[in-house]
Amino acid sequence: MGIVDNSLEGVVQFTTLEDIINVTGKTVATIAKATKMDTVVDGVVSWGRRSALWPMTFGLACCAIEMIAAGCARYDTDRLGIIFRPSPRQSDVMVVAGTMTKKIAPAVKRLYDQMAEPRWVIALGGCASAGGPYNTYSVVQGTDLVVPVDVYIPGCPPRPDALLYGFLQLQEKIRREMPSVFARYERNRV
Amino acid sequence: MTIGPDSVLVKYVKNRFGPSILDTIIFRDEVTHLIKRESLAGICGFLKTDPLLQFNFLSDIAGVDYYPQQPRFEVVYHLYSIPKKHRLRLKVKVEEDEVIPSVTSIWKGADWAEREAYDMFGIVFEGHPNLKRIYMPEDWDGYPLRKDYPLKGYKDRYNPYGEERK
Repeated sequence: MGIVDNSLEGVVQFTTLEDIINVTGKTVATIAKATKMDTVVDGVVSWGRRSALWPMTFGLACCAIEMIAAGCARYDTDRLGIIFRPSPRQSDVMVVAGTMTKKIAPAVKRLYDQMAEPRWVIALGGCASAGGPYNTYSVVQGTDLVVPVDVYIPGCPPRPDALLYGFLQLQEKIRREMPSVFARYERNRV
Repeated sequence: MTIGPDSVLVKYVKNRFGPSILDTIIFRDEVTHLIKRESLAGICGFLKTDPLLQFNFLSDIAGVDYYPQQPRFEVVYHLYSIPKKHRLRLKVKVEEDEVIPSVTSIWKGADWAEREAYDMFGIVFEGHPNLKRIYMPEDWDGYPLRKDYPLKGYKDRYNPYGEERK
């Protein structure tokens, strides 16, 4: 199920219509009927969101080198509308590139909180996904212990192609989101 | 350059500080002196200023945990002389509750190296201007490179696989 439970804040995020149906059960009839209008509006909104994914430049270890390479001329993420930004305020997606230590974890959480919604997270590499080879005293055993993660990219480090594929997967995920249905659900819930 | 027992690194230093040097090891042209804790500052000052030795560069300071031996810790100083192009290694044994004099007043570069040894082993350097953790967060509990520290750390919200804290 595509539900991301951020255990630090108790926030539940729904990513697809099916998630809402699965979780809310009885209220499905009132909130989850997607009209033709929804399909059109959500199609336009998610097209806009996925076509200009601005990642935050956020390198922690060697994976950051691959991330930089992905942004440079040979792989050139700019042609997909993926333009690296220096500030969390301007960013849509956070690429956690590399080994996250317990010392940097509060900073990662803080930067995530500073990003404007909607926001997504890509865990780049084995370390960011699950601690990698570092099952040690100082390394966080996966980015999902700090912030909710949308796409995990394996590799040590993954090649720039893999990061590009991860971005494409994230675009596909955003394409399936139903923002207006979700918004209606949020309104009806209170 | 072959280094023998008559070398300036061995004979000259031993003549001067004979009783303070507990042991001298010459292995593959590298000289190591095991010295007493109390005489560390005096020997280091001499090694730096003496015109025949001129150890003006402190390469590194390392801490070693020999648990459960007594005394438990050892601090290793790697010295290099840029004008004379020779090297020397000093070792000092330290007990867990003992302090060791800081050499920051002799080599400025000892500052961060001593902080590292303090951070990883809990060895206290007396007279250090700013002895606080350098790698770990400042509120960290314990000294990670000690032999009795669990390899995977203690269990917390970032590491569900760690050892339970007793």
